[in-house]
Amino acid sequence: MAAIEVTNLSRIYQKYSSAHRFKTFKSAILKRDFFRSLKPDELVHALDDVSFKVDEGTTFGVIGENGSGKSTLLKVVTGIAKPTSGEVIVRGKVSALIELGAGFHPEITGRENIYINGIMLGLSKKMINQKYEDIVRFAELEDFIDAPVKTYSSGMYMRLGFSIAINVNPDILLVDEVLAVGDASFVPKCLDRIDDFRRRQKTILFVSHDLSTVEKICDRVAWLKHGRVKTIGEPRRVIDAYLQDVAEKQEDDFEMRQQEVVQEQSYEEERRENRWGKREIEIKKVRLKGADGKEKHVFSPDESMTIELDVEAYSSIKDFVFGIGIFNSQGICCYGTNSLLEDYEAVKIEGEAKVICRLMQLHLVNGTYYLDVAIHKRDGYPYDYHRNLYSFLISSRHKDGGIYRPPHTWEFSSNIAVKPPRDKS
Amino acid sequence: MLRLTKKFAELYKYRMLIYALVSRELKARYRGTFLGFFWSFVNPLLLLIVYTIVFGYILGPRMPEFGSDPKLYALFLFCGLLPWQVWFSASSLESANVLLVQGNLIKKMLFPTEILPIVVVISNFIHFLFGLPILLIFVPILGKSFTPFLLFLPVVMLVQFVFTLGFCFLFSALTVHFRDIKDILTNVLTFWFFTTPIIWPLSLPAVQNNKLISTFVQLNPLTHIMWGYQSCVYYGELIHWRRLGVTFLASLVLLFVGYFIFDKLRDSFPEEV
Repeated sequence: MAAIEVTNLSRIYQKYSSAHRFKTFKSAILKRDFFRSLKPDELVHALDDVSFKVDEGTTFGVIGENGSGKSTLLKVVTGIAKPTSGEVIVRGKVSALIELGAGFHPEITGRENIYINGIMLGLSKKMINQKYEDIVRFAELEDFIDAPVKTYSSGMYMRLGFSIAINVNPDILLVDEVLAVGDASFVPKCLDRIDDFRRRQKTILFVSHDLSTVEKICDRVAWLKHGRVKTIGEPRRVIDAYLQDVAEKQEDDFEMRQQEVVQEQSYEEERRENRWGKREIEIKKVRLKGADGKEKHVFSPDESMTIELDVEAYSSIKDFVFGIGIFNSQGICCYGTNSLLEDYEAVKIEGEAKVICRLMQLHLVNGTYYLDVAIHKRDGYPYDYHRNLYSFLISSRHKDGGIYRPPHTWEFSSNIAVKPPRDKS
Repeated sequence: MLRLTKKFAELYKYRMLIYALVSRELKARYRGTFLGFFWSFVNPLLLLIVYTIVFGYILGPRMPEFGSDPKLYALFLFCGLLPWQVWFSASSLESANVLLVQGNLIKKMLFPTEILPIVVVISNFIHFLFGLPILLIFVPILGKSFTPFLLFLPVVMLVQFVFTLGFCFLFSALTVHFRDIKDILTNVLTFWFFTTPIIWPLSLPAVQNNKLISTFVQLNPLTHIMWGYQSCVYYGELIHWRRLGVTFLASLVLLFVGYFIFDKLRDSFPEEV
């Protein structure tokens, strides 16, 4: 049986402009249109015809960009917000990890807050007495439990909130991005608890930006975009579709930024800073292309990238070297090469020409990278040097560190138990 | 109507939560102060002293009822001042703010919002109860004696409770949409304070001889509530059953109207606070 059933759910928020607000009271009195003046200026569809089911004992993930309606969805399922239309059926006791410690009172002690918060979450005093030790131990607050909560650090605050909420022992757990603030040792502990829930066949609705966690713990995933369900299904597939979409959006953003840069740089003054040389040979245009030959700026680490240079030599020149350099956002040179280093002997160039450098696989980690391209003499005298004028983005599902991502595999001897990543199993 | 009554009944299941929140409110209020809980007694005492000095000694009671005895007047003053200042006025101002201050609970948790004004009224009621012994101690000291009519005090408190709760429901809900009410309310309460027989007795000739003013005063529900306190403690006579009864009914109506409006606006709270 489905633990959570959402049918054609819509939630419309009313937006009042500030001018409207200012007028309200006056017009309410003067025109006596008390209720008419309460009408909103604009409607925002936070959720638009959303339907899905979460089977009992499964973990359901919700992903999407900021403002896609994830939190609203969770609020409606919790019952904090009412649906504008549609229906939400929730079977079982719900505990929501939406904002941890939302009900804490700063002036009173952690101990008192545990009791009051527990009661707010529907526990009886007796139950809290039983769980009290567990809550304190899990939150690692043994030494501070009798201090007022206002003296807690934000991490302590969050730990206590999480610890109380998780100890409510619900049938259905709603988790909203709360793990984002925990420190490195507490987050795994929380995930452990959530895993524990899964093992005990409880239902979890998990909202997060942390796609690798979503992939790890969810049985099914829904992707929300602008308040609508874009896809529901197997985590790997949905996450990939989502990433694809994000990459496309990044590509658009990038292009827009690029255009701005080009417009700005039409001023010769500014241009001089990042471009030098007498331009006996000029680099007229630089294009980055993907494997399909289309221009793009967002690449995955195992994609190929083609750097295409349109050049023109204004006389016949015999001494020339083409070079490229890739820099990360910290200005560290990730890779640099030129035609001379790779033993291409320059013979002659004249008129318009094209140079193509193809990188089969980028093998770089996530981030923004800048590209230098240059034509110079063998001794380094620059004809035309473009410094960091072009950039591209590496967008990867993995969050590995460093700069370089060598192609690699893992092997474990048979006495080590590991779960393989789902896509490669 | 039936639905509202049922919702009221539902509040019973939140009694643990109300209890916990009231005790939190009481604990938190004086946390960190030197006198701590003792303030609940000291505050009304200081209130009494200030008003007695100003109205009893500096201005001097000019009403024939008190002769020229500032002590008697001080006692009379305190009968109305305590329930007004410590309970009614404090609750009204606090509840006008409570939904905004406790916005986190409404926005981030599944929380029965109607509990918030209730907690405000109850915790201020408890402060009032703490002040009550101060009032009673001063009855013999300031030259009056206890009468059996003192036993009717709980009846008056009940009426005030219902009235205050209704008032607080109404204004806590409305302030969410019209923030101006908070400021308006402060001034209205001042006006209300002076037009209610608290610092002057109902028998004041200026009131009794003017039809318009006396009608106005009689229509004020708090007139009858304050009069009730004065009857029990100061005059030592039976409360005016009929008038207090009508006030009670009016208070019940206010409570239902207040709760009805609160309930209507409830869904808009999470996005407005």
